[in-house]
Amino acid sequence: MILAIPSDKESLDSAICVSFGRAPFYCLFNTEEQQNSFLVNSAAESPGGAGIKAAQLLVDNKADLLITFRCGENAAKVLEPAGVKLFKALNLSVADNISAHQQNKLEPLQEVHAGFHHGH
Amino acid sequence: MQASIMATDPTIAILSGKGGTGKTLLSVNLSSVAAMATYIDCDVEEPNGNLFFKPSREFEKLVTVKKPVVDETLCDGCHKCVDFCAFNALALIGKRLMIFDEICHSCGGCIYVCPQKALSESERPIGEMSIGHSGSVRCISGTMNIGESSGVPIIEALLKHKDGNLTIIDAPPGSSCLVTESIRLADFCILVAEPTIFGSHNLAMVHQLVTLLGKKHAVVLNKTLEGVNPSEEYCKKNNIPILGNIPFDKRLGKMNSEGRIAAREDAHYHKLFSAILEKALKEVSDETAADPQR
Repeated sequence: MILAIPSDKESLDSAICVSFGRAPFYCLFNTEEQQNSFLVNSAAESPGGAGIKAAQLLVDNKADLLITFRCGENAAKVLEPAGVKLFKALNLSVADNISAHQQNKLEPLQEVHAGFHHGH
Repeated sequence: MQASIMATDPTIAILSGKGGTGKTLLSVNLSSVAAMATYIDCDVEEPNGNLFFKPSREFEKLVTVKKPVVDETLCDGCHKCVDFCAFNALALIGKRLMIFDEICHSCGGCIYVCPQKALSESERPIGEMSIGHSGSVRCISGTMNIGESSGVPIIEALLKHKDGNLTIIDAPPGSSCLVTESIRLADFCILVAEPTIFGSHNLAMVHQLVTLLGKKHAVVLNKTLEGVNPSEEYCKKNNIPILGNIPFDKRLGKMNSEGRIAAREDAHYHKLFSAILEKALKEVSDETAADPQR
């Protein structure tokens, strides 16, 4: 199973990024191999629709589960039918969230927000 | 009678940096004192000009935009449309293509790049528009549906119905894409400003916009009181002509809040708005003469 975690920096010590769609990186953690890698989020600088593009990136990279503080409704519309499960992040490092998940300490993310769409 | 030099009467747009400064007040009253005018309410998110004009409804239509639809039997999940879309309006899960209509900007690019010809265009309504009359004023107004992200296509539709009469455009507040689109056809812009420091900052914002777009412009000072007016100071500092003052007056506020048109009911206001319109028209013709490109 591949876990995806939005991160501020390219490191396991990094804090989880408060934003899903505009996080600079995603940590991808393969639970079978216990290996991690970091993905640059090409959606971070999008003028709009960042959540959709970021969700697409995770789907294309075969993520099974996303650990995040929050998730917008458009991103959820892509992640949910793709079978990516959403879990609520703890205010800890990326590594600590991975171990919290391994110990079944994470709760499912209960709600998605309406997004932060800006006007034109 | 001499032939008119100008083929059409000018188009004057009324702008301000924020809502509530008096754009609609000025637009409605200027339209009302003209012998003949077309009023276009481009504030499609919150149109309120027709609350004053209460016009007849002679023409109505839906405003639609083109959006892509996918034929799932033809789509092979190649991902090209998803990669092409600059607005991220498409997502692909396996072979299932998702289209986010409210994010789509109707560019047609996805249809163009699809190697399978699986995408085609359909019309999606995003609002409506109407045309009617109120006395000597032809009223054009549009309303965007709740939840839509951009009113620009509605403003485009409204402007297509502009005729050769003097046209007063009631622009949306601020300096967004909606405003840029609203003043595209304007020969002249009138910036309405409040007599506060906040008001002068809002004035600076729209002043920057009209300067950037190379639009001739002047200011009308609204709700003026005795004492220093930061917006007036801004005009002096930047050499912006001032067409007139609308002094703060509870009587005007009351008429306006009841949806009445002051210039139609009150001799004093008829005179005040006529003077502003006359000055504006003089500025337009002076500027037109001075600009050889026109």
